[in-house]
Amino acid sequence: MDYSQFLAMKQEIGLLVVFLLVFLYDTFMPRSTQKGLPAFASIAMLLLTVAGCLGCCLCSCSDVVAFGGMYETSPVISAIKNILNIGVVIVLIQSIKWANGEFMTMRRGEFYELLLVTLFGMYLMISARHFLVFVIGLESASLPLAAMVAFDKNRYESHEAAVKYILTAVFSSAIFMMGLSFVYALAGSLYFENIYGALFVSSTSTMLVIAIAFVIAGIGFKLSLVPFHLWTADVYQGAPTSVTSYLSVISKGATAFAFLVVMAQVFGSLYAQVWEWMLYALIILTITVGNLFAIRQRNMKRFLAFSSISQAGYIMLGVIAYNTLGMAAMMFYILVYIFSNLGAFGVIGAIENASGKVSMDDYRGLYKTNPRLAFTMMLAMFSLAGIPPFAGFFSKFFIFTGALQGASVAIYVLVLIALINTIVSLYYYLLVVKAMFISDDECVIAPFRSSCSERLGMWIALFGIMFLGLLSPVYDSLIDLSSLSSIGMYFIR
Amino acid sequence: MEIKAIYYLIPSLIMFCCGLYGFLTRRNMIAMLISLELMLNAVDMNFVIFNRFLFPEQLEGMMFTLFAIAIAAAETAVAIAIIINVYRSVNQVDVRTLNQMKF
Repeated sequence: MDYSQFLAMKQEIGLLVVFLLVFLYDTFMPRSTQKGLPAFASIAMLLLTVAGCLGCCLCSCSDVVAFGGMYETSPVISAIKNILNIGVVIVLIQSIKWANGEFMTMRRGEFYELLLVTLFGMYLMISARHFLVFVIGLESASLPLAAMVAFDKNRYESHEAAVKYILTAVFSSAIFMMGLSFVYALAGSLYFENIYGALFVSSTSTMLVIAIAFVIAGIGFKLSLVPFHLWTADVYQGAPTSVTSYLSVISKGATAFAFLVVMAQVFGSLYAQVWEWMLYALIILTITVGNLFAIRQRNMKRFLAFSSISQAGYIMLGVIAYNTLGMAAMMFYILVYIFSNLGAFGVIGAIENASGKVSMDDYRGLYKTNPRLAFTMMLAMFSLAGIPPFAGFFSKFFIFTGALQGASVAIYVLVLIALINTIVSLYYYLLVVKAMFISDDECVIAPFRSSCSERLGMWIALFGIMFLGLLSPVYDSLIDLSSLSSIGMYFIR
Repeated sequence: MEIKAIYYLIPSLIMFCCGLYGFLTRRNMIAMLISLELMLNAVDMNFVIFNRFLFPEQLEGMMFTLFAIAIAAAETAVAIAIIINVYRSVNQVDVRTLNQMKF
């Protein structure tokens, strides 16, 4: 065996090193230094991110296929991994205060270890070129997350959320693997390349349509596309806020990109015949239902859950666009979504840590007691809604542009529906802003000073929200990377 | 007498549908978990059958099955742990009691 193949897995190995360092710190460092573990994990992850970004910019690494074609890495794949890393660093920084709470003393290490393992699973899922690796990645991304959702043993909601999460996760992976078994029967292989080749020459059969529907349903559960979204709101509400923010941005972003890769590299030849209309219906349902249900939510975490459902619909526009521009726009959308959503979750987490309040009614008049938090929340909401100077506007603009390259009436209608839904979403995002700024009520949240780490996390998120849309090199380099990537070859209509 | 693939595929399909039906109708969390196991085992059977009858020259399906069994075991372990946690907090394993959060 050629061991130099492991060099292709630089990012995975880097992540494993971070994991081992955290594990060793947790196991062997004296108890007095254990409070430093969250900061240690954040710094280690930050170093990995910086190294990954530098490696991505400096050396012009080409596409590498390793382990007999089971694993692939390319500049575009390293780029999406770096985007996820940036999100994880922000999540880790924001969770320092929570992880140093009294309740967490015995469990601090486990949280970070489980989190890094799920990230490793997402890496595998993105890089997989064989369905065995993909399934292992998918499972190691979702099983530890169930344990993380159940982390707050004192709170009943955490258990309820964990049960709902694990049962739907296992159910969805059973459906997904059933679809895979049909694909295997039709193609005789589980390598993406071989399946693509076999499906390219065969005619479409009912079994193939069922197989693709099962695969889309299985991944749709993880992405919480409507009608597979029913677990989302409960899990987001019940899980600890740090886990919710991780679940809503990192898990969703990784799965979305892996979904694009699978649909292009495996079922690419069947885009127009089989799965375009499936995805079409799912996107319309996801955006609309997510938006309409978000309007009536009073709990901030539930509200952001439904907002993230509709955002997943926008991200899927990058898949249905089915061109390199759409892929670049999708990656940019994920990046911007990470910053905007983590800005909102940072504020929610800070307020929850200080006062335990998560209801939107408690946010009334927040401007008078905590003006800076209210301001951060307002910018995050503007970015999520897509109001021009902020990054959210540009990401929505680019993803619509990418989708419109399709130039068919159906796609125009889809983008029109998405646009109308943006206006609907503006209403409920501004409800939060209205509650914070315009309401005359006396605010129940007393003025407090959020901790240093929480402020740092929010500053990073704010920086992203303000400048990401204006820094054109980010989006330009994503376009360059995706137009050169081997995934681009599969985008044939 | 030669046994054709279809005689194996029908039981696996029945298993999958029983699992699906059980998951949607049972109210006991342990029974739901058993139904999920049925579905996962039906997937394993499917892979083995397709490998044995359609592509006997390679072992890809068998390999997938081995890994899928391990994954199913891990899933059960995590799910059981979570169900025990729930039992400790509400003394019930009935999913109808888990209705504190709704919209």
